[in-house]
Amino acid sequence: MTNFPWITALTLLPVAGALVVLVLGERNKNLSRWTALAFSFLALALTLILWHSFDKTSGTLQFQEWHNWVPAFGIQYHVGIDGLGLLVLLLTSIVVPIGMAASSQIQERTSLYYSLILLLQSCLFGTFTALNFFHWFLFWELSLIPAFFLIKVWGGPRSTKAATQFLVYTMVGGVGLLLSFLAIFLATHKSDFIDLAALAQSGQLMPAVIDKLAWHHVTPQHLALLLFAGAFLGFAVKVPVFPFHTWLPAAYSEAPTGTTILLTGAMSKMGLYGFLRILLPIFWPQMQLVLTPLLWLSVATIVFSAYAALAQKDLKKIFAYSSINHLGYCLLAIFAVVKFTGADASLTAEKYAAMNGVFLQMFNHALTASTLFWFVALLEKRSGGLRGINDFGGLRKVVPVFAGLMGIALFSSLGLPGLNGFIGEFLIFKGTFPLTTWASSLAVLGLLVSALFILGIIQRVFSGPLNDKWLSLPDLSTGERVALVPAIGLMFALGLYPQLILAFVNTTAIQMVQHLKF
Amino acid sequence: MLAGTIYISFLGAAGLLLLPKGSVAAARILALLTAIAGFSLALTSFVHHRSGELFTVTRVPWIPTLGIEYHLAADGISLTMILLTGIIAITGILFSWNIVERTKEFFAFYLLLIGAVYGVFLSYDLFLLFVFYEIVIIPKYFLIAIWGSTRREYGAMKLAIYSFVGSTMVLIGLIAAYVVAGSKTTSLVDLAQYPFSLHFQMLAFPLVFVGFAILAGLWPFHTWAPTGHVAAPTAASMLLAGVVMKLGAYGCLRVAMTLFPLGLGPWGFHVLGLASWRDVFALLAVIGIIYGALVALVQKDFKFVIGYSSVSHMGFILLGLMTLNQIGLTGAVLQMLSHGLLAGLMFAVVGRMVYARTHTRELAILGPMNLWNIIPFAAVTFIIAGMASMGLPGFSGFWAELMILIGVWRSYPAYALCVGFGIIIGVVYIWRAMLKAFFAETGVKLTPPQPSLPPITLPERLGAIILIGASIFVGVCPQVFQNIIIPAFNSPLFEGLRKGSWQ
Amino acid sequence: MTTINYAQLLRLALPEVIVVATALLVMATDLLVLRRCQTRVRFAVAAGLASLGCAGAIVRIFFAPEVANILDGILIANPLIHLVQTALLLLTIFAILISVDSTFTEHVGEFILLILIATAGMMFLVGTQDLLVIFISLELLSLSLYILAAFNKRSAQSWEAALKYFLFGGMSAAFLLFGFSLLYGLSNSTSLPQIAAAIHGPSLNPLLVIAIVTTAIGLGFKVAAVPFHFWAPDVYQEAPAPSAAFIASGSKVASFFIFFQIMTLGFAGAAGTAAFTHLVRGWVPVLALMAAASMLLGNLVAIAQTSLRRLLAYSAIAHAGYMLLAIVAHTQQSLTALIYYVVTYALATVGAFAVISVVEEQTGSDDLSNFNGICRQAPVLSFCLAIFILSLAGIPPLAGFFGKFFLFVTVLGAAPGSMNLLWLIVLALAMSAVSLYYYLRILKRVYVAPLAADAKEIHPPIITQFLLLVLAAAVVVLGCDPQLFLQHITTAIQSSIL
Repeated sequence: MTNFPWITALTLLPVAGALVVLVLGERNKNLSRWTALAFSFLALALTLILWHSFDKTSGTLQFQEWHNWVPAFGIQYHVGIDGLGLLVLLLTSIVVPIGMAASSQIQERTSLYYSLILLLQSCLFGTFTALNFFHWFLFWELSLIPAFFLIKVWGGPRSTKAATQFLVYTMVGGVGLLLSFLAIFLATHKSDFIDLAALAQSGQLMPAVIDKLAWHHVTPQHLALLLFAGAFLGFAVKVPVFPFHTWLPAAYSEAPTGTTILLTGAMSKMGLYGFLRILLPIFWPQMQLVLTPLLWLSVATIVFSAYAALAQKDLKKIFAYSSINHLGYCLLAIFAVVKFTGADASLTAEKYAAMNGVFLQMFNHALTASTLFWFVALLEKRSGGLRGINDFGGLRKVVPVFAGLMGIALFSSLGLPGLNGFIGEFLIFKGTFPLTTWASSLAVLGLLVSALFILGIIQRVFSGPLNDKWLSLPDLSTGERVALVPAIGLMFALGLYPQLILAFVNTTAIQMVQHLKF
Repeated sequence: MLAGTIYISFLGAAGLLLLPKGSVAAARILALLTAIAGFSLALTSFVHHRSGELFTVTRVPWIPTLGIEYHLAADGISLTMILLTGIIAITGILFSWNIVERTKEFFAFYLLLIGAVYGVFLSYDLFLLFVFYEIVIIPKYFLIAIWGSTRREYGAMKLAIYSFVGSTMVLIGLIAAYVVAGSKTTSLVDLAQYPFSLHFQMLAFPLVFVGFAILAGLWPFHTWAPTGHVAAPTAASMLLAGVVMKLGAYGCLRVAMTLFPLGLGPWGFHVLGLASWRDVFALLAVIGIIYGALVALVQKDFKFVIGYSSVSHMGFILLGLMTLNQIGLTGAVLQMLSHGLLAGLMFAVVGRMVYARTHTRELAILGPMNLWNIIPFAAVTFIIAGMASMGLPGFSGFWAELMILIGVWRSYPAYALCVGFGIIIGVVYIWRAMLKAFFAETGVKLTPPQPSLPPITLPERLGAIILIGASIFVGVCPQVFQNIIIPAFNSPLFEGLRKGSWQ
Repeated sequence: MTTINYAQLLRLALPEVIVVATALLVMATDLLVLRRCQTRVRFAVAAGLASLGCAGAIVRIFFAPEVANILDGILIANPLIHLVQTALLLLTIFAILISVDSTFTEHVGEFILLILIATAGMMFLVGTQDLLVIFISLELLSLSLYILAAFNKRSAQSWEAALKYFLFGGMSAAFLLFGFSLLYGLSNSTSLPQIAAAIHGPSLNPLLVIAIVTTAIGLGFKVAAVPFHFWAPDVYQEAPAPSAAFIASGSKVASFFIFFQIMTLGFAGAAGTAAFTHLVRGWVPVLALMAAASMLLGNLVAIAQTSLRRLLAYSAIAHAGYMLLAIVAHTQQSLTALIYYVVTYALATVGAFAVISVVEEQTGSDDLSNFNGICRQAPVLSFCLAIFILSLAGIPPLAGFFGKFFLFVTVLGAAPGSMNLLWLIVLALAMSAVSLYYYLRILKRVYVAPLAADAKEIHPPIITQFLLLVLAAAVVVLGCDPQLFLQHITTAIQSSIL
């Protein structure tokens, strides 16, 4: 079991799928769609196998693979997963089929579309399992290409601008990342995240860097902060953190909905994953130094995005801002965890809670947001492309099943107890309130405003007077209902039994917090 | 056995000339078989000699009166370059499958050129190297003058004269070195070990270096490159930018820097902040990088964008050479390989896939043609080639540019910023060209009825796949090449360089 | 008074005698037997006979070489001289073969006779070290060449060129004789080694200076060096093709050889140096200036030419400049280089003129536009022309490249340890780079330019094609393996006491 390169196989599986789909060509649109779906289910199955054989009690990396890659530099191909890695792999494997299912209105160049999605999935798997900077960066950058083309070619009227903005922002962030890690690599000759984390923990990282890279007028502390800033920029653009978020609403709304699902469900997690896997273990002393500004940023992210969502009329834009809002909570928790608390055991327990909350929120948001956008896609298909909240009204009477299921998803996003959204946010607030009271108090504003706009959607789209032109709106077909049931069911399952996720992430969360020595 | 690459190519050229007139298919097949044979020999040798040590292929006295030998040998650097030549030879022929006028003469000149290029990379005797280096000029001239496009006769002549002037400068240096060393031998290794006086090296080094660097496109001697590339037919552009420009860089490394390493040392006085020829050439290289990139940004002709991009990328190589540390030099050789593949690919797309069909290279006219829908294969190939040439990880350019960047950071920290700037502009001009050429700016997805263009043929697809595959291979397994290039720098040939200015 | 052994003299001069006898035989055959036949047939027969005669002379030189020195340099035979004479005879054969299919004159016998007499003159010229014999042979050669240049009676430009040639030549011969008489006056001898011994001294006698200058004038005229080159463009352009070929090849070889002999043997003590920084007076700076001027003028003016023959004339001036460098260096090595260079140059030139004769005959003129696209009509012809032109340009692996390389190496290495003549080398190579431009333009016309719609057909005769292939093969082989020729020259020089 342990000798088979599961992770490499998992990463390469979608590439093979992409090639197969491409070869099938344009002639069989449906065939390429089903083949792509089949491959994504295969990937899901593989991920579930990994989940099944994952050792929940150990917090160390599992399924690791090492190969000598570029001996001249001492760079190795190193992959492995722990609880966090498994989490994001799972969520990617779930989000991709959802994204494909929501792409039924893509009629042009279908095979290319699906193969790009599969390529993107492969890049995501690669990013989430890589433990050496160089091939992690490879996948990070490579993922931009399919995403760019997915947005641009099949997107809305202003897709080029949105796609280019997306690309430029992320690339600039990538440059910052590259420079920081190059500097570290030149100083320490290490590019493996685990090694670097160990160095940071023993307090040797920054002294080594400063030693080798002393630069004219920059003090050691400022140099360390500079490197941190570079890395932070790369991830901040991806999550996104206010004020680097301006690319997101345009990209999410211009992209075809299936792609938006991927963007929000999986790609945004790349940013958070980066924070957790890379930034936190290596740069936490620097984060402590600038903790207050960071907290302000996370609060701003939460609150401003909520207010912005309130002002939107386009459903996709509302959900886009809502995404930013939900991920803002994760940021809040991550930053709160860094706070220096000495040996206070209760506060440490809160940190564990907060960290668990982050993981759970990541998964839940992926599930919920994807499902929400899926519903938007279904609505678009029926309405001929319309998706403003003022375009509809009283749909509850015409499409009750649709309204009901979407309502469940909306309430999950709201954080209603009993659905999956509640637990994550609860744990986050439980953890951060004692740690950074003022920040979490302010963040509650975000909760309130989200409630406002979500209820607003329900009221304006589903309740109220019915517009005559929607009289003949078809309800969900049997196939669609069958497809949606697992997603909705999972929402309930996680809401009632969060242990499903918490079981395997708890150890990792505790270990991460313990890694941060003070 | 490796010498067979030269002989087979020449024999192939001769065989082609003997074919009956008008035999297009036979000419293509013969040329392709010859190229494949040459590449297989190269690959076999590559596999046999994975450790990168120098091995002699042939060594016989040639003109004993002057001490000239027919000495062919190869080390890691030569093997890398020979592999590149083989790949470009095959793909160039594939992309020239559509030539129907005077086909056999085209392929005859092409194979002659390839054979001479193999010869340069294999020669370890200076006279022999120079002979092969000069032989390159004439077939190049005819390839461009007969089968080229825009202003082809002018472009061809400009190219020939520039190359000849460069090689004349090299010849003066070589003759001087030969005479000063006693007129006994022209062997590269022996002359490299001869203790030329510092004064002599200080004068001979810039002469020979600039002589070679003209062909490598060093700013400001690069002006032949855009004109020549645009005038040349596709296969010739691929060869020119892909391989022939690397001949110049190879000559700089193999001849100028090994024979006259002291010429790189400090002058003892400062002029405008420059203290040695090394500083001068590093500065010129950096200017070339930025100038090439900026000019590429404003071009209206698709092929000119790629032409200036070549000038910019060659600047990387020359800068890497001037870093004089192992990582920078290795990066320079790797970039020779990487850029050779990618420039070949981009010229193939622009010349063969786009221009041969649309008969225009103006970006403003190509955009509305919505080529993304008509020839998507070309668009995708160019996108991949563009990503690779930008330095995207996973392709060959990333490692090469990374190594050069690190090397530059160690020797000339200020220039590292310029290099970074150049890379960023590289992203921008490729992106701009790609968007303008393939994707209509209006965002109109359902296009009006387009004039139908012939689909991308099988030889073109094969050629593109080979080049992309090679770039990905180098990008994913760079150590295959690093393992043979780095030991090459430890050979006695580079001893003077190591003693003099190594870091 | 020393006695002359006439039998020995005859044996020594047997090759020349064979040539003269062949000449008379050809004349006789033509006048007596072939009067009624067509010109082409007469030319064929005459050329065949002449070639056989020259071949016979070569055989004689080859199989019964004698080494002798009669009367202090009046007539010498040694391996080096044999080598040069063999080369001359071969070049004569090639030049004669060009005339096989021509129709420019009715006086076939006279034509071939004159060529053979000129050859005999050349053979005597290279086989002597005595001033008087030099002068007589030179005159024998020159007078024959003047008439040969004028042979196309139908063309007014032809005898205008020949008249220029004659007047110029006469003048320079006068200068030469004047110089020789001064030398005799200074040394009381006409033998080169004795003259050298006599004029050896710390400073230059003013009479010696005059002698140097006038000798340079006389011989510079023969080799068409600047500023004595004015005859060359016209003669090259207007003389009938075989004559022009002969003038351009064989006479060059002989002239350069004797130029080298006179300067190095006769003026041995008065050499001086042409180093850039410190010039020492002597004949070396004079020749260096002539060489530099020839290289500059020849290459630069050739760019403007539209007639291939005229272009070849200016290129000949330029090549004369390069070859003069070998004399400027005056070492054994540079003599080797000179001989290699001039012989391979002559081969390429004969070949070029052969091509010109075919194209002229069949399209009417040698204007460069007549060469447009002939690679389509006559591929073998074009290929051989390409070889000759590229060899002249100095492109490896042809003989011209190695000739230049070897020449420049020996010139630079003439004074070991110093780079005296580097400026000349740099100038030569720079001008060589310029020359590529006009040589490539010729090939551009042949290979790149499209065929004119009304272009006439070109059918080169078999003999010419055969000749061209032999010459092209020689140029290629000598380029790829120069050692073949070099070893003969080197051994010949070493075994001849110079």
